[in-house]
Amino acid sequence: MRDAGMIERAPLLNALTHVLMIAGLLIAAFPIYVVFIASTHDLPTVNRVPMPLWPGEHLVQNYTTVWNKSDFGAKMINSLIVATGVTIGKITLAALTAFSIVFFRYRARMLIFWAIFITLMLPLEVRIVPTYAVAADVAEPLRWLVWLFGFELGIAPINLLNTYTGLILPLVATATGTFLYRQFFLTIPDTLVEAARMDGAGPLRFFREHLLPLSRNNMAALATIMFVYAWNQYLWPLLITTDARMATATMQLQKIVPGPLFGQPPVWNEAMAATLLVMVPPLLVVIFMQGAFVRGLVATDK
Amino acid sequence: MADIAIRNVEKSYGKTAVLHGINLEIADGEFLVILGPSGCGKSTLLRMIAGLEGITRGEIAIAGRVVNTLEPRERGCAMVFQNYALYPHMTVAENIGYALKVAGLPKAERERRVAEIARIVGLEAFLARRPSELSGGQRQRVAMGRAMIREPKVFLFDEPLSNLDAKLRVQMRLEIRRLHQRLQATSVFVTHDQIEAMSLADRIVVMNQGRIEQAGPPRLLYAEPATRFVASFLGAPAMNLLPATIVAKDRARMADGTEIALDPGRFVVEIGQAVEIGIRPEDVMIVWPGSEGAHALEVEFTEDMGSSRLIHTRLGGMEFTVLQPAAQIEAEGHLPITIPEDAIHLFDRHSGKRLERHIPVIGTAASAAA
Repeated sequence: MRDAGMIERAPLLNALTHVLMIAGLLIAAFPIYVVFIASTHDLPTVNRVPMPLWPGEHLVQNYTTVWNKSDFGAKMINSLIVATGVTIGKITLAALTAFSIVFFRYRARMLIFWAIFITLMLPLEVRIVPTYAVAADVAEPLRWLVWLFGFELGIAPINLLNTYTGLILPLVATATGTFLYRQFFLTIPDTLVEAARMDGAGPLRFFREHLLPLSRNNMAALATIMFVYAWNQYLWPLLITTDARMATATMQLQKIVPGPLFGQPPVWNEAMAATLLVMVPPLLVVIFMQGAFVRGLVATDK
Repeated sequence: MADIAIRNVEKSYGKTAVLHGINLEIADGEFLVILGPSGCGKSTLLRMIAGLEGITRGEIAIAGRVVNTLEPRERGCAMVFQNYALYPHMTVAENIGYALKVAGLPKAERERRVAEIARIVGLEAFLARRPSELSGGQRQRVAMGRAMIREPKVFLFDEPLSNLDAKLRVQMRLEIRRLHQRLQATSVFVTHDQIEAMSLADRIVVMNQGRIEQAGPPRLLYAEPATRFVASFLGAPAMNLLPATIVAKDRARMADGTEIALDPGRFVVEIGQAVEIGIRPEDVMIVWPGSEGAHALEVEFTEDMGSSRLIHTRLGGMEFTVLQPAAQIEAEGHLPITIPEDAIHLFDRHSGKRLERHIPVIGTAASAAA
């Protein structure tokens, strides 16, 4: 109805809007197109100036080469494990933290709330050295704490380097997710909580059977954002994994770009093919989750 | 047995006291209505029985067991909320059956009881729907079904009808009454609607500013209100209240000199005492012009209410309404009336208390020197 009105009133403006949007789309999509074209040529063609803008004949060959050469199958699985772990961890932790902050009254509630708020200003990159130290030996902080009280704690070092746990855990804490959930939980009417209490549901049951189903849309949105965030992690996996078997797909990209010998041109065609390969899983997640997100919005839940 | 005993219960939020020493006994199977204006503390009291609000002082016992520290689920109460508070993500069947699911009943048993309750509240055709696809009245039925399915010892209603339109409200009122006759569960019903209170209650408790003004059967509260507040709150159209001063054992005089005759035997009054004379619009007698002791009232306008007419007039300079059966000839110009002495309610103007030789009050009338 609103669309019809707009066409009647300003057909010219409407057309202009479309032109602008299509132009924007082309500008955004062009680099990706170039990446795709580059991945279909052999190395000499890609390095020619100007590079051709029509697809070449080496598509299958480039993709097969780079897939086998850099062991992307295993790296993708690593990335998938890490990204899924981080996403599940973040959602669980964020939902539980927000649940505690919104629905329970206890003394340190506001303190915890502000402590979480402050971590917004401390992304992993800022605290990467201490985080690495802790990952290298999880028992270390505990040992220090006990030492402060004049005891020695005989715990063997717990090393998380080159483990999935080490890759996932430091990325799990999330102020953003906690806030997203908090804002949603605040919109839940008190009487709904009270009705559930009258029906005999305890806090955990209320969380599981009411809050989680009601926050499905939130969860889909958060999961999408967090999966892409975790998949694109570069610095932390680079730091914590020395074993090539634990490398993630994003890390692996960096190993492809340089040529086989120093001074040789980078292997752009294979690098571009690899880039597109690495982009596929987060893209699939976005497409899939967006569907769920929209379905959630259309269904009149509230 | 599920009687409720409320003993010296107080509630304050910080320094603000909202309930002052409430004492109330609710018998097993009784339908008690707590009536009062918004902010009088009636909902707070209900929520304290339910366990949704803490008790600052005093104690509440359900079926002989003090429940002060018990969780709502341990008290055996079910509650119907004003805004229904249905679970939006569950179907009607899931909403109604939720308490049984929490209680861990097997699925087959649950489904059987949900079907039975749905039949009672008339929702069989809607079991698969979500609350958002229902009308207000249907949602209210779901809320009732959800409360009923646990077969609770005590039903608590927090203004459950005030979100419904007038016609539906009357219908649901009857259904609640019918339901109570069938289940015989102790029920506490909070409302600000005096018609709801009159029609539903075995006993009404009128609350004002955190205190109980009067408790008793609807008929008694209507016929012999213990305070001016109860008198003005119960009854539609509202009781006429005329400020006057006692000039003799059998006479009170209003500010403009209009005198109203009193039955000298009924009231305990002193000469010079400031009082308010209460007279219900339906108790006013319309008489022939020139009758003895008649007041001629100037008619301002008339409201036709179908079965009756409400005539707005003035008596002694004060607003005064007279209810007249529609069958009578419509009054115009001057309306001659008399006030039957036995229909007069007399209240002290300062304390608001009923002035009568014997004060037939059940429960507490505790608004001392307001």
